[in-house]
Amino acid sequence: MAEPQHTIHEKKDEPRAAAGEFEPKIIGFLCNWCSYAGADLCGVSRYQYPTNVRPVRVMCSTRISPHLVLDIFKAGADGILLGGCHLNDCHYISGNFYTEKRVRLMLKLLEDAGVDPKRLRLEWVSASEGEKFSKVVTEFTETIRNLGPNQVKKDAALRSKIAAADEASDTFRLRALVGKELGLEKTGNVYGNKLEQTELEKLIDIATKEEFERSLILELSKDKARSVKELGKIMEVPTDRVLRHIVVLRQKNMLSMDHPEGFTPTYKTIIIGGEQ
Amino acid sequence: MTMAETKKTDPNEKPRIGVYVCHCGSNIGGFVDVPSVAEYAKTLPDVVYATDNLYTCAEDGLTSIREGIRKHNLNRVVVASCTPRTHAPLFQTTCESAGLNKYLFTFVNIREHCSWVHMKEKEKATLKARDLIKMGVARARLLMPQEEEKVDVEPTGLVIGGGVSGMTAALSLADMGFPVHLVEKEGELGGFVRNLNNLYVTEKSATETIKPLIEKVKASKNVKLHLNSQVKSVEGFIGNYDVVMASKGAEDIKTKVGTIVVATGALEFVPEGLYGYNQYPNIVTLTEFEILCKKKSLPSLKNVAFIQCVGSRGQKVSYCSRICCNVAIKNAINIVDNYENMLGLAEKNGTIIDTVPVEKKVPDEILERRRRRRGRERGEEGEAEEVKLGPSEKIEVTVFNRDVMAYGVEHELTYNKAREHRVKFVRYTPENPPKVFMEGNQLMVSYFHETLKLDRSMPVDMVVLSTPMVPQLDTREMSQMLKVPQGQDGWFLEAHVKLRPVDFATDGIYVCGTCKGPADITEAATQAAAAASRAAIPMAKGYVQAEALTSVVDDIKCSGCGTCIQVCPYGAMRKNDKGLAETIVAACKGCGCCGATCPEMAITMTNYTDAQLLAEAKATLEEV
Repeated sequence: MAEPQHTIHEKKDEPRAAAGEFEPKIIGFLCNWCSYAGADLCGVSRYQYPTNVRPVRVMCSTRISPHLVLDIFKAGADGILLGGCHLNDCHYISGNFYTEKRVRLMLKLLEDAGVDPKRLRLEWVSASEGEKFSKVVTEFTETIRNLGPNQVKKDAALRSKIAAADEASDTFRLRALVGKELGLEKTGNVYGNKLEQTELEKLIDIATKEEFERSLILELSKDKARSVKELGKIMEVPTDRVLRHIVVLRQKNMLSMDHPEGFTPTYKTIIIGGEQ
Repeated sequence: MTMAETKKTDPNEKPRIGVYVCHCGSNIGGFVDVPSVAEYAKTLPDVVYATDNLYTCAEDGLTSIREGIRKHNLNRVVVASCTPRTHAPLFQTTCESAGLNKYLFTFVNIREHCSWVHMKEKEKATLKARDLIKMGVARARLLMPQEEEKVDVEPTGLVIGGGVSGMTAALSLADMGFPVHLVEKEGELGGFVRNLNNLYVTEKSATETIKPLIEKVKASKNVKLHLNSQVKSVEGFIGNYDVVMASKGAEDIKTKVGTIVVATGALEFVPEGLYGYNQYPNIVTLTEFEILCKKKSLPSLKNVAFIQCVGSRGQKVSYCSRICCNVAIKNAINIVDNYENMLGLAEKNGTIIDTVPVEKKVPDEILERRRRRRGRERGEEGEAEEVKLGPSEKIEVTVFNRDVMAYGVEHELTYNKAREHRVKFVRYTPENPPKVFMEGNQLMVSYFHETLKLDRSMPVDMVVLSTPMVPQLDTREMSQMLKVPQGQDGWFLEAHVKLRPVDFATDGIYVCGTCKGPADITEAATQAAAAASRAAIPMAKGYVQAEALTSVVDDIKCSGCGTCIQVCPYGAMRKNDKGLAETIVAACKGCGCCGATCPEMAITMTNYTDAQLLAEAKATLEEV
């Protein structure tokens, strides 16, 4: 074996991490065939990197649904790294193309939720790119260190927003759209009509925003009945838009009118049985 | 290895987890405080036993796992050592030998992902190792025993395409004792090779070369030949493909096969609009030239120009067609050496075929030209030209090329031979290709001589355009029917160019010959033999066993929208009688795309459930 190479990320004269200094907690979802193998090679070659990433092995990056990512952010992760095979090199042929589409949705939702999208990073690392893996981890850890801790545990408003993003990512509408996106682009719909990528992305962006806002209304009205005006103010969304969402949510039987405050009606989320 | 009787693990039984932390000599032990990590593991929920081993993978390490399972009645095992990519099977087998279902085992990597990459910070590395084990334990608590499904394989093969590759594959399978259906869309066997005159290296006639192969195929008891037939539909998965074949003027044939070899071949690119093709007389493609040679109906020639890389390498197609240099060199030598024999002499041996399986049949103009030429030869209009030209001295052959790719030793020798036989090779750059035009009645080629840095031109009697092989027109339909992928250039795409060159990613379907890219006959036949032996493996074994890493559909949640069927790269999802999605376990590879896509969240992955992944990830986020 070649002489192991050492990349020393910590300079000797730098003061040792003081007790209580922020140590980011980063989850790394690594696909078995490329990124995990790349991380293995990185170890075999002794490329050094910070200790902050906790790898979780999955068979393919395509396994990572937006729900997994958002739920883990909700649980307080400071960063999430997704590793897959390079495009066209996926062990499962096309898995990582779907990953790309899903990551786009995740980033949109993180932005809506007020989480810096830089906290999520998608990287293609092949089984032969051991050094790249160490670079990616070193860089990403630094990025997260600079961003500071995920405030979700301390900030109630952020918590409900991430919860809303998580809920939105699980809606039939977004999952179906993102799931069908690639097919609509490449092979077309049942009539064989292909759709432009930009056109589809526009459509998905609109749906994402709507679903996020609706989920946020449900989230905010869970424990306390709220009026349109109040919701609009918290969410920083025009009241007519809030009202339109409320009409939809009421049609879906997800929100009910609670009690009027003066002449203003307030709404409360309907919580069904053990679900939620 | 003798398998001990597997304990029935009650899924509802409270987890009893054993954790084995490995020193790996000093590979882990030197950089992580292993004993303290093992002590820490004892404090984790549901862990009833934890220990450290010098080498967990050595016999005494494995024995300690087996003993632990027996003594402490463990129903989950966590090993924290190296990488699952190399060692998981060993520990899984060990668990099984002690009666524990192998899916109740979890691997934690604290070597490649910890001790080896944090060699200078033992304290932090130890903390990380503890965390990783905590995550592994969280995952182990949610593991469930899984059964692997065995699927029988029908010992019958299907070969699509009756060219050299198809026939070789079919014969190879037949000789191994498997019945084979060989489907050819045309009325006779032979494929593209039927167009060719002689074959390079051996110099033998193409017809004569494939004759024995055709005869063997026809004589083989195991080969069921379907001429004038096409595969209409294919449903199923490895071992159990239901195939419908449609023949002209006959009823559809339904049959069941275990494996499929795709050998549908290729076409020659028609250089419409390039170098005066179809515009001026006597401009033909390489294959058309071969047909003329084979039919012995070449016109009289004094000057022949070959132009290489017509339409390929970034013009109409991006790739290099590999074999056209060799074919052009072969033909160039043929002309200078054997010109007299190739002229319009009486045709004696072999039948002449009039159909050219190229994208477009021979253009009418060429046929017209040929008719006129024959007429001339019979003295119908004007006088037939004197064709008694001596060999090499009287014929000039020029090969315009970007660079000659005579790959392999034999072809390099042939290239040298061509140069010795006065074939001229003139290089051109893609920016400055030769031009073909008419000057009065004379066909001319002008070019920029790279060495002399001069514009030159020369009269020619015939221009032969070396155009690339292109995929069959129905490749796309075929790929959709078989649910196998095409590469960027439209060729069928193998699972891995080096590791699995004749397999499709889909189990039970194999690929060989020119349908996966340009190849000559030797290469095609070699691939065919390889594909046949790959296809024979599951058929000889009689069954396939699927790892229990597959998707599972929740009937209650599924709405039958079919999105999973669209996204599955293996065709492993189908609708059942109730119109709901269902996993074909034998075909599923466990990537999880359907699970992450399902709009109703009705699909989970065995052994990689959301709950397991979330528990694993969140374990490290818990406040200590």
